[in-house]
Amino acid sequence: MSQNKKTFSIKGMHCASCVVIIERSLKKIEGVSQATVNLATEKATVTFDSGKVTDEHLSSAVSNAGYRALVIDEIKTESDEQREKQQELRSLRFKVIVSLFLGGLILWGGFPGLMKTAPMILQNFWIQLILATPVQFWAGFGFYRATISALKHRTANMDTLVAIGTTVAYGYSAFVTLLPELVTKIGIEPMPYFDTAAIIIGLILLGRYFEAKAKAGTSEAIKKLIGLQAKTARVLRDDKEIDLPISEVIIGDIIRVRPGEKIPVDGIIANGESSIDESMITGESMPVDKTKGDVVVGATMNKTGTFTFKATKVGSDTMLAQIIKLVQEAQGSKAPIQRLADLVSSYFVPVVLMLAFLTFAVWYDFGPAPTLLFALLNTVAVLIIACPCAMGLATPTAIMVGTGKGAEHGILIKDAESLETAHKINTIIFDKTGTLTKGEPEVTDIIPIGSMSEDELLKLAGSIEKGSEHSLAEAIVRYADEKKLALSKVEGFQAIPGHGVEGVIDGKRIIFGNRRLMDKEAIDISATMNKISEMENSGKTVMMIGVENKLVGLIAVADIIKESARDGLLALQKLGIEVAMITGDNQRTANAIGHNLGITRILAEVLPDQKEAEVRKIQAEGKVVAMVGDGINDAPALAAADVGIAMGSGTDVAIEAADITLINKDLKSVAAAIVLSKKTMRTIRLNLFWAFGYNVVLIPVAMGALYPFFHILLNPIFASVAMATSSISVVSNSLLLKRKKIV
Amino acid sequence: MSVDKIIITISSVAGIAFTYWFFLAKKDTEIQVFDSVDIIVDGGYSPETISISKGKTTKLNFIRKDPTACLEEVVLGDFKVRKYLPLNQKITIELTPQQSGEFVYSCGMNMYHGKIIVK
Repeated sequence: MSQNKKTFSIKGMHCASCVVIIERSLKKIEGVSQATVNLATEKATVTFDSGKVTDEHLSSAVSNAGYRALVIDEIKTESDEQREKQQELRSLRFKVIVSLFLGGLILWGGFPGLMKTAPMILQNFWIQLILATPVQFWAGFGFYRATISALKHRTANMDTLVAIGTTVAYGYSAFVTLLPELVTKIGIEPMPYFDTAAIIIGLILLGRYFEAKAKAGTSEAIKKLIGLQAKTARVLRDDKEIDLPISEVIIGDIIRVRPGEKIPVDGIIANGESSIDESMITGESMPVDKTKGDVVVGATMNKTGTFTFKATKVGSDTMLAQIIKLVQEAQGSKAPIQRLADLVSSYFVPVVLMLAFLTFAVWYDFGPAPTLLFALLNTVAVLIIACPCAMGLATPTAIMVGTGKGAEHGILIKDAESLETAHKINTIIFDKTGTLTKGEPEVTDIIPIGSMSEDELLKLAGSIEKGSEHSLAEAIVRYADEKKLALSKVEGFQAIPGHGVEGVIDGKRIIFGNRRLMDKEAIDISATMNKISEMENSGKTVMMIGVENKLVGLIAVADIIKESARDGLLALQKLGIEVAMITGDNQRTANAIGHNLGITRILAEVLPDQKEAEVRKIQAEGKVVAMVGDGINDAPALAAADVGIAMGSGTDVAIEAADITLINKDLKSVAAAIVLSKKTMRTIRLNLFWAFGYNVVLIPVAMGALYPFFHILLNPIFASVAMATSSISVVSNSLLLKRKKIV
Repeated sequence: MSVDKIIITISSVAGIAFTYWFFLAKKDTEIQVFDSVDIIVDGGYSPETISISKGKTTKLNFIRKDPTACLEEVVLGDFKVRKYLPLNQKITIELTPQQSGEFVYSCGMNMYHGKIIVK
């Protein structure tokens, strides 16, 4: 027997008696030895035999008591939702089959032209009444229940229209069947319309069935993200390796990950190295090599090596949890374009009901004989054709698919409004350091003058710079380390502010610094001036090294342009977007980098606190501006821009000032985000056009607007076909977004 | 015009007027909420209009009793919340509004509406 202890959240507790009820319910499970519930923390801790008790047992014991257990938090909720949906779909499918089958039989026996081929029994009105009744009141029960509940709130929805429409058709038909002589007396042939009522219910339910299946596809991205979560972690505790559910991993735990395993939570590698596939989080297809001190992200896949890492973020703080939260929030937000649809749908159903009254009166008063029949059928057609759902679904389904698709590519969109604004962007300002460039200077050129080799020169520079704290010195020392050069001991090291450094190595005086240092020391650099200028003009910082007052070499250091920068900017230019660069660097360095990247609008020597003002200046030119930065130093500029785009760093994705966060750090994603926005907006517009157009055109047709000119009327059965397809077409159109290429 | 036509015309006009009054002319009954409120989801939201305090966390407990698919999600677009409401379970949404004003929320298909007034 293996004892296991588990703590999980309970939802729905109010008082101390709840504690007693839940504890009693949990203790009743066979295999549970102890159960304590804490009202303050809303948590239960249960000790149980893991061979006998499963999460399901715990969860159902709590729900039987009338509360909800979050045994595996989000995942649990999702599976609940899925189970409930599956059940609904099964029941819906059964109702569709039964109602279409019965409706089909009635249609066969009652439709002019077809009825001659039908058995006599189906032509009998009483049999039709018997067949139509279960469809109307069993399959169509949901319409009635929703109508009654809505009426209690003085609201109406699509169910109200369907319920009234089909009841009118069914009620008239039942009347004709029960009292045919009364109908004959007023000059109408007693013909029932049971087929209309039954087929409408069958088709609308069929439409709902397909709509529900399609809608499930719109939230697939969230399900996929939740599915990425690892279930267990191999934690080293008390010199033992134990497998723990990730909910029990705490910050500071040392976790071992073997090849082919998922990294359970976020952390920093403590020992070992490996190649890690981060594509599921960042969308970046190439595996990343990581070693001691590097950050690893939960839910990514370890490919080759074994390593241990220290957990730094667990539970809802992990990058995956933050991404899920961000995507969920974006999917719950409202796009400004939706406002009109919102306004229309709040008046829609009552207005359709009023139009139905109008239709009835006009056809009864002015229509051809039999006026009552025309009035009834056209009223039913108006009630059935109206489709407010398509309008309600047009924007949110596209937003859900769009934001989900973004997340799959490492593009996290904060809300629907940001996604909407992004398609209008016509100018993008890039912060230089850390965004277009790597932000860490690297050695680009080593030019010995005289007999020294490149390595000897680097060794000398690395040795003298070892004691310096300057960022350029760091680049040189790091490069010497990478080349595994053994650095020499320096005596008498001294930094000369604004100039460079000096010291003595192996008895020789070494100086290392800029031109001013050489001038000060009266070292002749005239022979290398062309080379120095050439390098400086291309944005590099050139440093000179002198041994015993003689120039022995040059070392150039530069902030390297990111590999994805050129392609990223090219993609933006192809979209017709103007690109600008903003930097605190001097004009010459800025120009060098800018020209290298094909940027013409360069804003150089801008102090960090002036970046926001520069953004506003460009906005004042009437431009819709996006600012791309790291989200930390340039937060005010990001917030001032119409769309702030932050390049993610580390495991923090919730960058407050950013509207869009690119967690893959790939500059090509800037263009991809804009393309995604454009395609999503196109889908929304098409959806809204279809949803509005459908109602605007077909409601008057159903009212009989074409009758005076062409004698065209809309059969209520065709109205139900059109109505059922309208919502599906809108949802399917949104789902098509998934197939669109954005990169 | 025959009597039946007059009756139908008058009835239709009355029907239109009733529809307008019943659905579009209803007045909101505002419920003041301090810490938490249970909102029953059944053919709409009860209470439909609530007022909460700015800057203070308020718990909205949605309990869906209506199996209509339309109501299975609640969307508080202004607060960036879209939640699935399992049948007969309490789902709590915590709001800490930073802006005052009137915020309409709805079901996933935007058919049923409720209102949050932040004061």
